[in-house]
Amino acid sequence: MPEAEFSLDSVSVLLVWTAIAIYALAFVAYAVDLARRSDLAVKAKDAAPVRELVAAGGSTISRVRAQEDAALAAVEARPGARPRYIWARIGTSLTVLGFLFHVGADITRGIAAGRVPWSNMYEFALTGTMLIIAVYLFVLLKYDLRFLGTFITGLVTVLLGATAIWFYTIVVPLSDPLKSVWLVIHVFVASLATALFALAFALSVTQLLQARRERLAVAADEASTTGDEVAVAGAGAAGAAGAAGKTGKTGPRFLRTLPSSDALESLAYRFAIIGFIFWTFTLIAGSIWANDAWGRYWGFDTKEVWTFVIWVLYAGYIHARATRGWRGTRSAWLSIVGFAAVMFNFTIVNMFFKGLHVYSGLS
Amino acid sequence: MSNSPSDPALAPELVEGPGTDPLRPSDHADGTREITQPQLGFVGWLRWGWRQLTSMRTALVLLLLLAIAAIPGSIFPQRTADPNGVIDFQTKNPDLYPVLNGMQLFDVYSSAWFSAIYILLFISLIGCVLPRTKHHFKALKARPPRTPARLSRLDDHAETLRPVAEGTDAGASAAHIVDVAQAQLRKAGYRVERYDTAAVGGRPAVASVSAERGYARETGNLVFHAALVGVLISVGVGGGLTYTGQTVIVEGDSFVNSLGLGYTSFNPGRFVDSEALPPYSLTLDSFDVSYVPVGESGQGMAGDFSANLTTREPGQDAKEQSVRVNHPLDMAGDRIYLMGNGYAPTITVRNPDGDVVFREDVEFLPQDANMTSQGVVKITDGLSDQLGLVGFFYPTAMTLHSGALTSAYPALVSPLLTFWVYAGDLGINDGTARNVYALDPSEMTLLAGSTSDVAALQLEPGQTVDLPNDMGTITFEDNTANGGAETVKRYVSLSIHRDVGAPFVLAFAVIALLGLLAALFVPRRRLWVKAVPADGGVRIEYAGLARGEDPAIAVAVADLQRGLETALDGEKA
Ligand code: HEM
Repeated sequence: MPEAEFSLDSVSVLLVWTAIAIYALAFVAYAVDLARRSDLAVKAKDAAPVRELVAAGGSTISRVRAQEDAALAAVEARPGARPRYIWARIGTSLTVLGFLFHVGADITRGIAAGRVPWSNMYEFALTGTMLIIAVYLFVLLKYDLRFLGTFITGLVTVLLGATAIWFYTIVVPLSDPLKSVWLVIHVFVASLATALFALAFALSVTQLLQARRERLAVAADEASTTGDEVAVAGAGAAGAAGAAGKTGKTGPRFLRTLPSSDALESLAYRFAIIGFIFWTFTLIAGSIWANDAWGRYWGFDTKEVWTFVIWVLYAGYIHARATRGWRGTRSAWLSIVGFAAVMFNFTIVNMFFKGLHVYSGLS
Repeated sequence: MSNSPSDPALAPELVEGPGTDPLRPSDHADGTREITQPQLGFVGWLRWGWRQLTSMRTALVLLLLLAIAAIPGSIFPQRTADPNGVIDFQTKNPDLYPVLNGMQLFDVYSSAWFSAIYILLFISLIGCVLPRTKHHFKALKARPPRTPARLSRLDDHAETLRPVAEGTDAGASAAHIVDVAQAQLRKAGYRVERYDTAAVGGRPAVASVSAERGYARETGNLVFHAALVGVLISVGVGGGLTYTGQTVIVEGDSFVNSLGLGYTSFNPGRFVDSEALPPYSLTLDSFDVSYVPVGESGQGMAGDFSANLTTREPGQDAKEQSVRVNHPLDMAGDRIYLMGNGYAPTITVRNPDGDVVFREDVEFLPQDANMTSQGVVKITDGLSDQLGLVGFFYPTAMTLHSGALTSAYPALVSPLLTFWVYAGDLGINDGTARNVYALDPSEMTLLAGSTSDVAALQLEPGQTVDLPNDMGTITFEDNTANGGAETVKRYVSLSIHRDVGAPFVLAFAVIALLGLLAALFVPRRRLWVKAVPADGGVRIEYAGLARGEDPAIAVAVADLQRGLETALDGEKA
């Protein structure tokens, strides 16, 4: 913690903590939303004509599919035409508010330091988390991904909190190797890529949950048709589905308001490929910088190794999506592993691995 | 979301267009073919093996293996990046070291297993890309596929009935509508082909246009993969033509780019002719550095390093240039980097008669951020015994509570030089090269400093003190007396590189990135417009089919419909 005396940097710290508090509240609001949104969705359905359910013929999987199709339409709806999840709205409003404080914190830090605020671990985390929120809010304009709000605000609350507690470093002048336009470009684009990978990761996780729900629904149908022959098929399926729903065997109830695992996968893929492009650029820009600063464009320095590993993992993910037998659940795991590597690179590698990239400012 | 690349329920003519679809390994997610069992016989097995190697699954597995195999290199110190780390590891883990070394874990990126993975990957890549390239060249010339009989079976499909004015021929009107659609599609960058059928028996004439776009997607994919091969080759070939060398220059001194004269170390690639280095010379005129003043945050931090050189090339005027961090100097195809700096106190040793037996700028290696530095002086001839002096230099000397000296600030505020003195055999008479920065005192006696009873010699700039045992005197020259800007000279260490491959690596990397952009974001899709006379008007059908990831296919069909109707309405008015 800095001294109590007034400085722009201490204002920045104050803003950081305010942002953290607001994000924590946003997280709570989003969590309440997830807990409640399935009920809201069910009520909305009841009010609407139950055409889909009838058309679906009553089998569990077709009921699930109908829910998913409606959810997909809602995800792709224009901002004005989205379902009115009141807690999600509160969550988003709080996120925007927290974001404003976050931006304030970042800018005051930048002014206090007299340079771009991403030159050591503290500043990098500060800006990186800000970009995660920025990308999330930006994406909300096109897709209603508020169901990822808990993940995004939770992630940022934890990262930013840890940053403020453990990574804080006072403003010191830049060391010579960091005085480069490539710092501005390379690090900024890397943060953007990280934000996109985070979204892809969250979508891949929901994809896995949804895929499980779909599998269970199919299994329930099979059980009911191959099971008691006497029972009326429709009633049996409805019963099985009801039982599964009540006992929570199909996973969290909010899954009912989410699109199909296929649709989630395709969304995850979209963010991952944009992230991949940015990451490729990061790799190239980093090499150009390394060639100026260290006299070689590539030297398998620890940080370079991990940047490469992440790049190859995501190349693998993209391939997996195009490989028979790997599309779906398996490729989703690769997206999850990829993001785990990104987080590992940012935390563990920065703090504990030895290498030339000693910009953490921690000792 | 109708972007699933293919729907098995579709008619085969949609899935297998007449040669315009990209060729894919047989286990690609879009494919319908299975890898067949190997035919009997050697050739059959070979073909089967080759198909396995160039399959999507193999590529995927090799990619994942590559990622995993790269990780140990970030855990264990690597000889190329951190040679001292390896030595350190060896001393700390003498038992583990040979095992890990045998597994090439200190040379991961040149190890047999790492090489095997990437070489296989690239063989697979080439084997995969070559046939696809050949196929794609043909596809680029092919026409868009025939309009399917029933467009309504496609996910993205729309249909309208357009009345025709009385007295107009519905067939002609249908053809006209498709003409307009064709013009629009062509303008939008689609390759178009008409598939009209004349009226047969009871069936009316059908006008239709088939349009396809996004060949750049496959082009981009192929360019991307090929550029990766380019990167690999540039790295490999470039490595053989690359050299790096290190040198140290003290203020006022010069470096000549020649192996025998200038370098303290030199690592040439396999194909480098070390005898034919470009002739040039560098003179260090001065070295600039600024330190953060005492009392400010980051106190003592050094920055704004600049080695100011006079450079000379044959047939050219001397030039004044500087080398800074992040700003290497280009000289005759070499790049010169500033790697380090330090102090080089000028030391004079005289024998008891007052004759100079040694006079040199001795480079001291910095030990900490405040430039506490260490150096060694070896006097082989001219005194009664060989002398070895281990020196410590403190630019801003300060005494700690313990009585030990330290440097409190990196600039020359109160410079102080101390020496431990050893006499005896320096161990350099047998002609083997010795490290100039280290002294081997095993054959020597300690005369002053360290554990000896005699205190270490202490000198400030300009001072002279006696050596122990009346062996003579030693002087720490004040450089300002010789016209220098500071009391002590500085030196820089420079690294000189020639990397022939780097520009090619960069070029291929950028091409790969551009290819990737096209491969991932250019939508590849087919659109159809069909017009059939029906019920006193013309029934217009629109349909689209995504070929690969295409989130906007539905929008594209809707746009097509809107565009055509607007144009037709405009005609009427
Ligand atoms: C160094 C190794 C490789 C890397 C880094 C790599 C990377 C990529 C990337 C990033 C893509 C997505 C871009 C696109 O769709 O065009 C891709 C696609 C593709 N790669 Fe590779 N690749 C490698 C090796 C291979 C090999 C060995 C094969 C052949 C077996 C292959 C076949 C393909 C195919 C067919 C696609 C298109 C996938 C689709 O239809 O979407 N790649 N690759």
